[in-house]
Amino acid sequence: MTDNLQLNAEGKLKHFLSIEGLPKSLLTEILDIAESFVGIGDHQIKKVPLLRGKTIVNLFFENSTRTRTTFELAAKRLSADVLSMSISTSSTSKGESLLDTIRNLEAMFVDMFVVRHAISGAAHFIAQQTAPHISVINAGDGQHAHPTQAMLDMFTIRQIKKDFSNLRVAIIGDILHSRVARSQIQALNTLGAAEVRVIAPKTLLPAHVESLGVNISHDLTEGLKDIDVIIMLRLQKERMTSALLPSESEYFKCFGLTEDKLKIAKPDAIVMHPGPINRGVEIDSKVADGPQSVILKQVSNGIAIRMAIMAMAMQKQGAN
Amino acid sequence: MLEIQDLLNKLEDSLKRKVVERQLNNPLMIGIRTGGVWVAEQMHQRLNITEPLGLLDISFYRDDFSQIGVNPNVKPSQLPLQIEGRDIILIDDVFYTGRTIRAALNEIFDYGRPNQVILAVLIERDGKQIPLCPDCVGTSITLNAGQRIKLMGPEPLTIQLQTLNAVA
Amino acid sequence: MSLIHIKQGHIIDPVNNISRIGCVYVAEGKIISVTNEPAGFKADRVINAQNQIVCPGFIDLSTRLREPGQTRKATFKSETIAAASAGITTMCLQPDTSPVIDAPAVVELIKEQAKKADYPQIYPISALTQKLEGIELSAMLSLKQAGCIAVGNANQPVRNLLILRRAMEYAASHDLLVMFKPNDYWLGNNGCVHEGAFATRYGLPSIPEAAETIALAQCLELVELTGCRVHFGQLSCKRSVIKIHQAKKYGLQVSADVAIHQLHLTESDIIPFDSNYHVLPPLRTEADKQYLRQGLASGTINSICSDHQPHDVDAKLAAFPETEPGVAALETLLPLMLKLVAQGIITIEQGIASLSENPARVLGIKSGALTEGFAADICIFDPKLTWQVNSDNWKSQGVNTPFWGQTFKGRVTHTLQAGKIIHCLEKSGA
Repeated sequence: MTDNLQLNAEGKLKHFLSIEGLPKSLLTEILDIAESFVGIGDHQIKKVPLLRGKTIVNLFFENSTRTRTTFELAAKRLSADVLSMSISTSSTSKGESLLDTIRNLEAMFVDMFVVRHAISGAAHFIAQQTAPHISVINAGDGQHAHPTQAMLDMFTIRQIKKDFSNLRVAIIGDILHSRVARSQIQALNTLGAAEVRVIAPKTLLPAHVESLGVNISHDLTEGLKDIDVIIMLRLQKERMTSALLPSESEYFKCFGLTEDKLKIAKPDAIVMHPGPINRGVEIDSKVADGPQSVILKQVSNGIAIRMAIMAMAMQKQGAN
Repeated sequence: MLEIQDLLNKLEDSLKRKVVERQLNNPLMIGIRTGGVWVAEQMHQRLNITEPLGLLDISFYRDDFSQIGVNPNVKPSQLPLQIEGRDIILIDDVFYTGRTIRAALNEIFDYGRPNQVILAVLIERDGKQIPLCPDCVGTSITLNAGQRIKLMGPEPLTIQLQTLNAVA
Repeated sequence: MSLIHIKQGHIIDPVNNISRIGCVYVAEGKIISVTNEPAGFKADRVINAQNQIVCPGFIDLSTRLREPGQTRKATFKSETIAAASAGITTMCLQPDTSPVIDAPAVVELIKEQAKKADYPQIYPISALTQKLEGIELSAMLSLKQAGCIAVGNANQPVRNLLILRRAMEYAASHDLLVMFKPNDYWLGNNGCVHEGAFATRYGLPSIPEAAETIALAQCLELVELTGCRVHFGQLSCKRSVIKIHQAKKYGLQVSADVAIHQLHLTESDIIPFDSNYHVLPPLRTEADKQYLRQGLASGTINSICSDHQPHDVDAKLAAFPETEPGVAALETLLPLMLKLVAQGIITIEQGIASLSENPARVLGIKSGALTEGFAADICIFDPKLTWQVNSDNWKSQGVNTPFWGQTFKGRVTHTLQAGKIIHCLEKSGA
């Protein structure tokens, strides 16, 4: 992106919309700052006063209880005031335009929007149109990006594997429709992972996917060789009805992660999943609950990462 | 001139007297990053405290977040879970405006309610902006306009006097 | 009617093979002589065209002026002023107005509005099917008699190939040109960008080339079957150019145009999520652009159109996929064509022919040339004059263009339509 909307004049984070356009140093800074927030759940007072008096609005145009609650908790642990709004798309199409919704909220003196929307580019649009003092965090827009999820995945990987430069990472599943996958690929490449491999049937891979900087495999048994990190993506039910896949059981046969398939990867490989899991569709219960799975760790890291990102995006242009 | 061993000795004496005077019982010693930790390590040894030294990072409690933003080098504070009812010796290298101590006190109180806190600093200088003051000092000094005093370390510990124009 | 003497310009008239300095003489709305001064000619008005190019007024095969029905986007008044300032003297109006041009009453309305705006040469393209729904044939004969120059499908799909076949047969039986924009609705899958690296990176719903090339191939087969004359509008793909070339070689009566922006922009030029780059068909790859350019240079594609689609601000103010596609393009038509000449893709004669001689031939009208006896539709432009696309200079009501703020070379100084001066650039250069 030529004018980097996400950074202010001093190169500090202003909006967090996508991994694209952010330098490695900034991603590393996010991971470092998140470290300090990990232990907050153990304190008597589970808060720091960093964003005291700030108002954060969670604008969720797409339903998601789990993402919304993590963002709410993250904001509250930063001592901010939080307003959560679930706006169903039917009411937006009947009533206010997206821009009018934003303007009305701005008039109530808010400081930050956390936006989840079904259309790619929505968060970017809001960031461009919103008043200059407001920061925007993308909680997932259409099929474009889910950068906070990618960062918590990177954080989890770093906790266990320490160094990205030796890592071979496989992302398995519906890459075509996945905003998480796009953000993860960008983050892994920016942080210098040795290899990113996507494994999926042809119907679930986007055109020219190699231009994102990945290797491709259509075969799970081949694709899992030498892998250090396995990221499973959720298979949505709609894919079976839109002529992309024949059935869940056929998918599980070819691309489901079972204990046997897991053995093909490196013995200390970790298994990740952004959730929610479809047991028996993309992943076997034994693997999801097994010793190599770090799925629950991802969840608990989610709050610390979002706290770090919100704190960094709220900092004003300082007189250094 | 300011001789580091001399200051450490004076601070040690002052601190030992204060511990008796205020009847501190099994005190928890906490150093404020980064310079305060170096001083606290010295005091920790000299007072023969067995309980590990607490480390306090006040980055998230500073009052200048709007101007400066998040410190990229922030590390998590390391304090024992039980602060409730403890006697605390809080240690820093230089007491100047008082804002650092205000932030440190706020953070400690978020962990729990201590019984009492005494403040020990290696150097107290002029320029206070907040109504706080140390209980024990290594020395009190007045600086000229544009001068700054800084503890360098960890090995060797030295005191550096800087004139702001001359600093690169 | 005024007697006008256009003096000492560089006349470029591809039809009559003229490319030299000379004068053009206009009387009673017609061209009465080129180069040779008619005896006793006393001009009411002399236009000094020194150092400027004098050529036939441009004929735009695809425009939308938003009347009737969408006046919040644009009006005949605002857009004809813009067209005049761009040297465009004839415009074909796409049928997706509101109401759709599928009844003679709508054609009458358009003719009246055109007269009111003092710009009579607006030729409506009538809808191929009623309401453009793709199911029932429109009353093509009545529409032709009312004044439609062709029939077309705008951007809308025809329900199935049987209906398309019958529509083409019916049009052919009344000797009507079909202006067809090829796009398979199902393969297009509500996409908003080309199915390629850009769409993949930004997670945008996308349209494969096959959506255009398959629809094009199907229609070409129907041309063979029905004998209907078809002009394919606003092509965007390399393989579309190849198919047109093969069809022409094979002897089918087909022609094709390309929108001027497709000759300059590709998916790599798109500023992410900038709705000014949202167009249909979408901006494709460098290879497609090169083939479109080659196709133009070799004559496979013989016409360029503006594909003018002015929009109100709100239409472009939303998340990218939810914005309305289209570029406001009348005023950048000439300078973008000149840019192709400057880049050596085509000669100036080819460029002017693609905007005058060839569109006239496609439509079958006596225009697009400085032939004696033709209506005096003339464009005079200064190829060296630079100007910036900004609110001081832009006349169209729609400001939705990816070229906003850019500086171009080449500006129209005078436009004559049927001998009447409908545009004259102020001396101040504004």
